[in-house]
Amino acid sequence: MINKLVIENLKHRWVRTSLSAAAVGVQVTMILTLVGVSYGTLEDMARRSRGVGADILIRPPGSSIISLSSAPMPQKLLDFVRQIPHVTIATGTAVHAIGGTNSVTGVDLNEFSRMSGGFKFLSGGPFQGPDDVIVDEYWARQNKLKVGAQTRFLNKTWRVCGIVEPGKLARLFLPLPLVQELSANTGKISMVYVKLDDQANLPTVLAGLKKSLPEHQIYSIEEYSSLISVNNVPGLKPFIGVVIGVSIVVGFLVVFLSMYTAVLERTREIGILKSLGATPQMILGILVRETVALAIVGSIAGILLTYLTRWAIMQYVPGNLTQVIVPDWWPVATLISLTGSLTGALYPGWKAARQDAIEALSYE
Amino acid sequence: MSDPAMLIQVKKLVKKYRMGDVEVSALRGVDLNVQKGEFIAIVGPSGSGKSTLFYILGGLSSASSGTVLIDGRDLTQMSDSERTAIRRELVGFVFQRYNLLPTLSATDNIAMAQYLAGKKHETDGWFKQTLDLLGIGHRLGHKPRSLSGGEQQRVAIARAIVNHPALLLADEPTGNLDSENSEIVLKLLRDLNERLGQTILMITHNPEAAAYAHRIVHMRDGRIVEHP
Ligand SMILES: Nc1ncnc2c1ncn2[C@@H]1O[C@H](COP(=O)(O)OP(=O)(O)O)[C@@H](O)[C@H]1O
Ligand SMILES: [Mg+2]
Repeated sequence: MINKLVIENLKHRWVRTSLSAAAVGVQVTMILTLVGVSYGTLEDMARRSRGVGADILIRPPGSSIISLSSAPMPQKLLDFVRQIPHVTIATGTAVHAIGGTNSVTGVDLNEFSRMSGGFKFLSGGPFQGPDDVIVDEYWARQNKLKVGAQTRFLNKTWRVCGIVEPGKLARLFLPLPLVQELSANTGKISMVYVKLDDQANLPTVLAGLKKSLPEHQIYSIEEYSSLISVNNVPGLKPFIGVVIGVSIVVGFLVVFLSMYTAVLERTREIGILKSLGATPQMILGILVRETVALAIVGSIAGILLTYLTRWAIMQYVPGNLTQVIVPDWWPVATLISLTGSLTGALYPGWKAARQDAIEALSYE
Repeated sequence: MSDPAMLIQVKKLVKKYRMGDVEVSALRGVDLNVQKGEFIAIVGPSGSGKSTLFYILGGLSSASSGTVLIDGRDLTQMSDSERTAIRRELVGFVFQRYNLLPTLSATDNIAMAQYLAGKKHETDGWFKQTLDLLGIGHRLGHKPRSLSGGEQQRVAIARAIVNHPALLLADEPTGNLDSENSEIVLKLLRDLNERLGQTILMITHNPEAAAYAHRIVHMRDGRIVEHP
């Protein structure tokens, strides 16, 4: 019976109900999209590292996992690595920032192809001229590029010579020597990828490398991709925390306002219920149920909306961001919206519960 | 002191409202006895304390001093939650402005009263008989705003008596109705009283309405007076 009243009440002021639920929903979407983009983008980075097909990764001393390092390792390091037993291929890459969080990666196409099994070209092919750039499908989609199209970065116009399937190393590729030159790092590389003859030799080679290159950061590729996580991106966790905090506050304000006006508007109904013998707890209970209904409906809408944001990201900025759907976070986000909403309903509910029935009934 | 034939025994009932620094005496020593099965009309000028007396009898408001026995139980000694229980179990209210819950259908308005009293919503036997008596059986699915004033008031009466209260308090039940609907409602109240033995206290301005009662009690300036 109470539930019927709750539903009828919500239906009765359906505009306010839908707006409040939408506001709650947007909070939920915000949290889930942020979390989904964080996980998705990092997972994609990890996937691209694995896509290289290497077994071991060597990074310069003192670099962080996520940062765009330039190229501070001498290329001669490759010769040293190549002569280690069980190493079949060692190739270096250089990374150069081109603005925003984007970068272009210099590769030795031959070595890289041997290691990764080669790029899968969706259209076009390898470098031909000195101004040629290879891009992956996501980058092409985001920037509306086709083979033969011109694109500008680093104050230079480049020609797209090939579009490759995503999932290998990076999104923009130039020949290694060109990137070294552009970043004024001739003869230097920022990563070394190492492939072994047999997985079984991984521990031995890893240990040997760590011993002979104690300053460098040396990982198995599995270890490296597991390090690419939310915990290792500086500032990401606090940022997610701030967004959650803002969500709680906004949810609180929206529901506070909605319930507060609902209580004022329903002074008489509350008086009627009291004249019929409803206890203050029952009155509070009605408001709480209305709030919980709002928060749940809003959360479900918010969860559904994340499919839309994922689609939009895939459509417009696949080169920069990847969003995954994070069902693990659905209950968390719902709980967050419930917390904000119930806190917002507290004062209006308390006001309604202790409202004087007589005043309410004689209220014109 | 409590007489079993007496449903209500009010002695020296005083009620003061405080408005800021000012005290308003709404009731200044009311004595009233009501027997089970009586139908009493309370008349008096506006502001004479009629509604205030009802609110106290119905457990909606507390007395400042005096005693109010209903069925032998003293309301003035009760806590808020005990008075809430009285409203659920012992009294039914009918108001001038009907006061139905606007978002619920007529049936659900009645069912809500049953729910609050912890009773199941039953649609047979007594319930059906009462609705037939009230002549609203066919209008039950409607929400209040699509019912006429007379129909709303009859639904309100059904809601007030559905839990078989010892006492029905009607505060100007015909105040918003035309003479035709007033007559229907007044006849209904009389029928309830005569057929079901329902004890009724009814506030009214209208001498014709008061004529339906067994006894007329006059109020003036917070007191019950012998002659108007
Ligand atoms: N909630 C209240 N606060 C202050 N004064 C009130 C309140 N309710 C009623 N009064 C005063 O008490 C007196 C009696 O009012 P009421 O019982 O409503 O009379 P009646 O129903 O006979 O018109 C009036 O003077 C009225 O102004
Ligand atoms: Mg009055």
